[in-house]
Amino acid sequence: MGLIMKKSSHWTSFFFLLFITTSSHAERGTGDLGVIIERATGSVQVIEHTTGTQLYEIKGLGDLSHATIVYSRDERYAFVFGRDGGLTKLDILKGEIVKRILQAGNSIGGAISQDGRLVAVSNYEPGGVRVFDSDTLELVADIPANGADGIQSKVVGLVDAPENRFVFSLYDSGEIWIADLTSPEEPEITKFTDIGHQPYDALITPDGRYYIAGLFGEDGMALLDLWHPEKGTQHILDNYGRGEKKLPVYKMPHLEGWAVAGDYAFVPAVGHNDVIVIDRKSWKQIATIPVHGQPIFVMARPDGRQMWVNFAFPDNDTLQVIDTETQKIIKTLKPGKAVLHMEFTPRGERLWTSVRDEDQVQIYATDSFEQIKSLPVKKPSGIFFTHRAHKIGL
Amino acid sequence: MKRLIIFFMLSNVSALNHACAEELFNERQAELTDLLLQDCGSCHGMTLKGSLGPAITSEALANKSEEEIFLTISNGRPGTPMPPWKNILSEADIQWLVSTLKNGVDHEKK
Repeated sequence: MGLIMKKSSHWTSFFFLLFITTSSHAERGTGDLGVIIERATGSVQVIEHTTGTQLYEIKGLGDLSHATIVYSRDERYAFVFGRDGGLTKLDILKGEIVKRILQAGNSIGGAISQDGRLVAVSNYEPGGVRVFDSDTLELVADIPANGADGIQSKVVGLVDAPENRFVFSLYDSGEIWIADLTSPEEPEITKFTDIGHQPYDALITPDGRYYIAGLFGEDGMALLDLWHPEKGTQHILDNYGRGEKKLPVYKMPHLEGWAVAGDYAFVPAVGHNDVIVIDRKSWKQIATIPVHGQPIFVMARPDGRQMWVNFAFPDNDTLQVIDTETQKIIKTLKPGKAVLHMEFTPRGERLWTSVRDEDQVQIYATDSFEQIKSLPVKKPSGIFFTHRAHKIGL
Repeated sequence: MKRLIIFFMLSNVSALNHACAEELFNERQAELTDLLLQDCGSCHGMTLKGSLGPAITSEALANKSEEEIFLTISNGRPGTPMPPWKNILSEADIQWLVSTLKNGVDHEKK
């Protein structure tokens, strides 16, 4: 009898818990949620950025060094691209893994298609892009990046573009490819060769029109107008840094989240302690802004009034804020050792930043630059909020 | 006399240096392991199995001499993104990294 009693009380608490958890899931949206990568432990934290609350920790995602995330268009599912080729679909409302596959040996990033049906992953090993059904994670298309030079190249700078296209760059072969997945099983590939030496990352303008690959092996960037691919790529900023000695580069800059404000765009210089100012009409460099170190991310606050910059090793304990109008540094912050990533809240009143070696994510007010809060997170790297779901290229 | 004192001072310093070179302090070793996994790892992967840069696990480096690895870390590899580290790390640091790479990193320790 005692045993039965015990059992039934277990069941009662089980149903009670089930009730609590399901009801709390059902009663909230995901528009103010986000995911933080814990790069060293293969785990992520789901957070809510209105109050700065940690909701769940999800474990078992493999090697998450350099992991990145895209969101389903309903902002409920996060697709996590791991270094080890892992592709994990998370339900951030429930805080659990929906499905996880190992799709390659070594990967670097991913993108979600315009219609939200396809998730593409850029791989280093084997070099290429693999495209999956975002619902089931079944393989839809495999695009090996065999360059014109016969080398199967590592793929970088993969972004989504309008008309269900993905655009990416071949690091080893120096090419840009457009994959049109209007018919997902038969991707139509347009290739641009000789775009420049060692494209290391790329960006797409927020309107989805221009794809720009940064070049490591030479000065400048490669620009492709996706409205007029027939015109081919154009080499821009080729005078940048000429005659000056490049500094050793201890970490590759990232071009995602680049800053666009008014007529200007701002990008990190490679091998120089500068942010480059580009005129968006002529795509010519019009100024440089000397900064604390070699910039990694140059990210505009959503209104474009400020940009926040973090730096490569060994200057990575600093964040600088630049006024985009005056192009002057207006604040220098020292959040701690290894400031890796930043994310603005959707309308930009807060900035979240991961400080890896302090095991902290710090939250700043972007008007006063005061630190509002600090959250304990193990070796945090990327921070990704769900509003990315509705932005081209993110 | 003065010379003798200086001589003693110098010999003490070099004895100290010698001791440091032979066995880096544990704290420095922890820092270097961190640097290896996190910062070298930003191009070679946190598990050192390769990324934009090649794999640098002990298996991958089996046919490279210690000297070769030492020179690569010190001077970088022109034409590739591998930068020189000699302005940031001491020779003892680099030597410690070389033997750690050759013997394989104990990831469990981190």
